[in-house]
Amino acid sequence: MAIDTPATRPHPVQPDHASAAEVVANPTAKGAWHAAGMSTQAVHAGEQRQKAEGSISTPVYSASTFTFESTAALLRFVEGHDEREEYGRYGNPNEKSVERKLAALDAAESAILYSSGMAAIVGLLMSKLSSGDEVIFFDQCYHRSREFCVKHLARFGVKTHQVKTGDFDAMEAAINANTRMLISESPTNPHLTSVDLEQFVALGKAHEIETLIDATLATPFNIRPIELGIDYVLHSATKYLGGHNDLLAGVICGSAEKLEPVRQLRGILGSVNAPQNLYLLERGLKTFALRMQRHNENGQAVAEFLEAHPRVERVYYPGLPSHPSHAIASSQMKGFGGLITFLVRDADWQQTAKVIDAVQLPRIAPSLGGVESLIEQPLVMSYFNYSPEDRQRFGIADNMIRMSCGIEDTADLIADLDQALKVSLDD
Amino acid sequence: MTKSARELSFRTRCIHVGSEADPVTGAVVPPIHLASTFVQPGAGQWGEFDYSRSGNPTRAALQKTLASIEGGCGALAFSSGMAAIHAVTMLLSSGDHILAGSDLYGGAYRLLHQICDRAGLGVTLVDLTDLDAVAAEIRPETKLIWAESLGNPRLSVPNLPELARIAKDAGILLGVDNTFGTPALIRPLELGADIVMHSATKYLGGHSDLIGGTLAVADPDLYNRLYFIQNATGAILDPFSCFLVARGIKTLDLRVYAQSQTTLRLALWLLEHPRVSQVLYPGLPDHPGHVMATQMMGGHYGAMLTFQIDGDLLQTAKVCESTELFRLAVSLGAVESLIEQPATMSHASYAKADRDRFGITDGLIRLSVGLESFEDLRDDLQAAMTAAGL
Repeated sequence: MAIDTPATRPHPVQPDHASAAEVVANPTAKGAWHAAGMSTQAVHAGEQRQKAEGSISTPVYSASTFTFESTAALLRFVEGHDEREEYGRYGNPNEKSVERKLAALDAAESAILYSSGMAAIVGLLMSKLSSGDEVIFFDQCYHRSREFCVKHLARFGVKTHQVKTGDFDAMEAAINANTRMLISESPTNPHLTSVDLEQFVALGKAHEIETLIDATLATPFNIRPIELGIDYVLHSATKYLGGHNDLLAGVICGSAEKLEPVRQLRGILGSVNAPQNLYLLERGLKTFALRMQRHNENGQAVAEFLEAHPRVERVYYPGLPSHPSHAIASSQMKGFGGLITFLVRDADWQQTAKVIDAVQLPRIAPSLGGVESLIEQPLVMSYFNYSPEDRQRFGIADNMIRMSCGIEDTADLIADLDQALKVSLDD
Repeated sequence: MTKSARELSFRTRCIHVGSEADPVTGAVVPPIHLASTFVQPGAGQWGEFDYSRSGNPTRAALQKTLASIEGGCGALAFSSGMAAIHAVTMLLSSGDHILAGSDLYGGAYRLLHQICDRAGLGVTLVDLTDLDAVAAEIRPETKLIWAESLGNPRLSVPNLPELARIAKDAGILLGVDNTFGTPALIRPLELGADIVMHSATKYLGGHSDLIGGTLAVADPDLYNRLYFIQNATGAILDPFSCFLVARGIKTLDLRVYAQSQTTLRLALWLLEHPRVSQVLYPGLPDHPGHVMATQMMGGHYGAMLTFQIDGDLLQTAKVCESTELFRLAVSLGAVESLIEQPATMSHASYAKADRDRFGITDGLIRLSVGLESFEDLRDDLQAAMTAAGL
């Protein structure tokens, strides 16, 4: 396979200077916010400038349905003359506001929100794939996404291939005339492997196959795959976008044209968010840039601390030169996020659990990306029902710990991990 | 915890204290308890919570966070900042006297002059940066000094440790409205104040989407007296708003530090602006409160800035109406930047004579700097001044 990649490439640069007047002249127009600073975008992008009653924050529209003043008004709507709301499953003002903000943050034309990250990928794939079609995954993608394809899309005649993450030759070899989508995460979970997105885009374009990147762990603060030519970007908005461990949501970003049929299908399948949830997401996004800066700082510092710790065998973090895909991560990411995976030296799974149980600040829980740090042992949390052979195949070591660094003070997190790593592993 | 909650850093306490996982379900964020009443273990036997005016788990959790980040023994959440100040004034009795700062929020001014006076409380306003004047105004019937840690709108900076000493010597209370200062930058209880008050609507909530007020104290007896007043008069914060304040506090110091940094840059830019005659910001070396602020606030100066333009009332109004990112609104302390004209908005409830006396001039503009980038905000202000013909 011969896809040329330049040795160095520019970082996804965030312009920090824009004319406020330009930016707010038409705040809800597509692309209106691309020139503004990321924190300005996070606060303002996508929202109606003048809201009902002059409210500074978006009102929560709890209405399930929207009234028409007359049959004539209804006719104007059904004939496509008026753009407005109709019924909550088809759309809601809170949904539009957050979708525009997320599209702006990801430098995308359009965004579609779902009730969870899984609902988002299911919504996209159900719209794009038909019986006889095939998809190819890099094998470190979220296991539930792969499970949906392998177990459920298979029942509808869709075939799923899985190839080793980052092995573009294997991916290209798996492509045939039926291939409709190439799917990866970057970075992956829990190994934090970065996929060379330029190469990924080039492979898709060479074969005229659409590409999907799950960028949940990176977030638009650290990488904007659309700018690199990726067709669809998926986020579990439950994580860094919501940011407070208090909501579930998912989003797909991409071009308006490509997403239109996806939006239509969502209206039928109905995996939409309640207005209250959308408001919490919008509120969480206001501090997105601040939080990400902090997550990046904590992630890097904690990863460096762990790597230097004698009780730690290995650390997986994209910001460490020891990570196999560090060079790729450095070339395409602004920062490396708050998620860290590490192996406890000379520990079996029970001894590893002792370290986790000794940690005081991070709570034992699945999920990541919130202000509160979380910690888990993948073997026990997500892979408990897998056979040892399968765990080995997926690289889930018995002594593996995954930690999502929140926005607490770095010194508190490090002190806590330090005391936990001193715990006796003996009975 | 291996560390006691007291030993954890401010930011970590903001995130964790009072936000313990729900013991029943393990939910990492405590549930919102909307219940108005609580089932009791038996007739005449009372559980921790009985009726939500007297106590509510969601409010209790927020109050635990507040007490921790203020360095107090207890805190109370009220339905608004004004309700919180009113509760403090209800500690006093007819015939008592309050000494308040002359650089005072308009709503507090109105409460003291048009409500408390009817209850027979006397009020004197004094420049709190003039400690001799403060000592001279204390009478035998004076029971409370009411200060703002950063005055509104002129951002005067009183010497809180000295005011606390004066109050202590006189055997009276010092209450501090720390809304502009925020607990991230100033913790008045640690400086000797008896009561610290916040409009939680501002930086604590931080997102312009709730109305609330808080009190925190270091003395358990004082806490009990204030709790009695709150329970008896009922101005409690509702559970949804308690949840939103608690959520806001998790990013409090991130927001305040970022907003302070941007404000300092804007202050320096305004200082050089040919049509700006004065910039009032404690971060500027020529501000009368600069040294005091530097001592009390650890190198950050908050995100409120007032400046005087070289223009009349109408031109000033035009600037305020012409910004695009700075929205024209009262209130402050949120992620969105706001602009206002004190003479016609936040301090319109001052008597005209008092506006003149305390320097609330027609050309004064007050900014609450949000999280937008410095460059975007600077350009917005410049465009508005150009639009106003300045």
